[in-house]
Amino acid sequence: MPKLRIEDLQKISDRVKRTTLLRQGASRAKVNVHMGTCGIAAGSRKIVDALLKIIEEKDVKDVILTTSGCAGLCSREPMATIELAGEAPVKYIDLTEEKIRKIFTEHVLGGKIVREYALAIGSEREHM
Amino acid sequence: MKPYRLNLMVCAGTGCVANNSFGIKKALEEELRKRGLENEVQVVSTGCNGFCAEGPLMVVQPGNIFYRRLTEKEIPFLVEEHFLKGRPVQKLMYVPPKEKAPIPTMDSIPFFRDQTLIALRNRGLIDPTKIDEAIGRGGYTALAKVLTSMKPEEVIKIIKASGLRGRGGGGFPTGVKWETCRKAPGEPKYIVCNADEGDPGAFMDRSIIESDPHSVLEGMLIGAYAVGSQNGYIYIRQEYPLARERLIIAIEQAREYGLMGQNIFDTGFNFDVQIARGAGAFVCGESTALMASIEGRVGEPRAKYIHTVEHGLFNLPTCLNNVETWATVPVIILRGVEWFTSIGTGDVSENPWGGSKGTKVFSLTGKVNNTGLVEVPMGITLRKIIFDIGGGITEGKRFKAVQTGGPSGGFLPAELLDLQVDFEQLTEAGSMMGSGGMVVMNQDNCMVDMAKYFLTFTQDESCGKCTPCREGTLRMMQILKRITEGKGTEEDMTTLEELSHFVIDTSLCALGGSAPNPVLTSLRYFRDEYEAHIKQKKCPAHACRQLNLYMIDPELCAMKGHGCGVCMRQCPEKAITGEKGKAHSIDQAACKKCGVCYDVCKFAAVQIS
Repeated sequence: MPKLRIEDLQKISDRVKRTTLLRQGASRAKVNVHMGTCGIAAGSRKIVDALLKIIEEKDVKDVILTTSGCAGLCSREPMATIELAGEAPVKYIDLTEEKIRKIFTEHVLGGKIVREYALAIGSEREHM
Repeated sequence: MKPYRLNLMVCAGTGCVANNSFGIKKALEEELRKRGLENEVQVVSTGCNGFCAEGPLMVVQPGNIFYRRLTEKEIPFLVEEHFLKGRPVQKLMYVPPKEKAPIPTMDSIPFFRDQTLIALRNRGLIDPTKIDEAIGRGGYTALAKVLTSMKPEEVIKIIKASGLRGRGGGGFPTGVKWETCRKAPGEPKYIVCNADEGDPGAFMDRSIIESDPHSVLEGMLIGAYAVGSQNGYIYIRQEYPLARERLIIAIEQAREYGLMGQNIFDTGFNFDVQIARGAGAFVCGESTALMASIEGRVGEPRAKYIHTVEHGLFNLPTCLNNVETWATVPVIILRGVEWFTSIGTGDVSENPWGGSKGTKVFSLTGKVNNTGLVEVPMGITLRKIIFDIGGGITEGKRFKAVQTGGPSGGFLPAELLDLQVDFEQLTEAGSMMGSGGMVVMNQDNCMVDMAKYFLTFTQDESCGKCTPCREGTLRMMQILKRITEGKGTEEDMTTLEELSHFVIDTSLCALGGSAPNPVLTSLRYFRDEYEAHIKQKKCPAHACRQLNLYMIDPELCAMKGHGCGVCMRQCPEKAITGEKGKAHSIDQAACKKCGVCYDVCKFAAVQIS
């Protein structure tokens, strides 16, 4: 391994940034894929895989991908909730791998909600 | 880099490792593979998280979900519920004593919430065997700043102004030490890290090295630059194999990256370290004995009117600091003097001894609910540490005393619980900060017995060079033994005090200079216990068994216990007699006061008077 120059410290830091931020729980956006039994049966694992693939492709470092249980609307699974920091969460339904790719690119990276795939904006519970 | 969506930070400090942390890791990895999750969920072994009472521990990031007391049996359920379906498992979460609801996140748990992490800033967040992760958390940026934009004198100025004082027990202002070493004539100069940590019950330094060895290396590099040294030694005790292993890996990785060795960062600065192993002697934590040990001589201290910063290792200028001190240095460089001096007590702008700045790591042990490692700002009260962070006394019993500073420290009673923890206030009360050990005692501990316990340790570890220490501690221990056996006299208390002051005044090093502290403080604050042992031949805490009178209450035995006979069967001396169904009794002549009958009686019929 070559000797480090001072600039290399920042490069290494960038390279592990995703891990560092992940462990600190810091992020710009949170993508939550619903994985109750209904979700898994409907194919939400493929949605998670597609998301991981695009995160790797685009070398995204500050987006957290989580899973949670059933959201209640089992007939519209697979579903995912996208929450950008400081904005209301958006629920997307009837997902496929192509749809989630589009949603990730346009909403998570671009900041624009993809209305034709969205169910609702906002949370059904009060924000604490 | 492969994107993981979850990192399972499994605590792998020595405590959790002894409790099967590596087995848990393996079970997790296996189960994740079975579920096809191994590319999404990463399992990381980190250093000690500090909450040792609840180990094996794991923190799930992101989300800060805290799991404790894990066993391999629960892993499959945990993986399915939380990591696949995203539902954190409540029954594996921490529940505070006397409460019902679990606290899911680490930073809401009082034990963690009330701490301020500086020396332990990276604990639980990095894999200590991966230098890249330490760099990702800012490792070596302080060194880069120092080497490219600061002169050695400027570094010394900053450390002086910060008020950083030695964390090994001496509390000597670090900046002053570095300055004197820099000015001392003689080449080459040496940097030494004292990782001997001999105090029983202390594991602060071990945890720092196991969790974040690079913080210590970076501190030493900065110190070497400030003082003008190119050679360092890390003296680590033989009893710390895991810490030494992680240190060796860290040094190798630092060398590979050119962060240690020749021409670091192309600035012409050279520095490298060697590891020296201790061989089991407590006295080798004393700086002159430590240096003698490195040189291959017998580990005995020498008089310190000639300072080691001028004549130390191989008779050359040597700057020795404790692990925690080194680990704090890089943070001060990065965050500055104003920030550091805003934490702690006193005022160090004129006088470096004028206050205690920054934080201190304590190993909280004994009769507290939350035993473990805590880092708190100087100036926090003992009450807050023991009751808020420590979760109070186990089994709802009463607090009696806290011993700070290891075997060199003293006992502080309940009246002093609101004492602020800093160097001066603890010393004034008769104890000391020491390296950070804190042993909590309750009503079942006998203070005379505890003084005997600590004195037995220091007596055993005395190197023998100074007659007052060697003989004086032995005589003190013999007196204490007699007192706990009911053979003490009133004169003994005076003799103990005289001997204590004599040993303190005439010992060459701090071992003898502080070994009598437990005796002096127990006499000062718990004299009534000594008097009970001497005058009434009784131990109020019932811990000195020879002084206990074990008797069976005939009513309780017959009515409640129905003469069950369990005690009779367990008595090793066959001193108990009685018929089934009727009250039993103890033959006092045969009774050897082992206390087994008291322990096994389910009806509290065996009583101690």
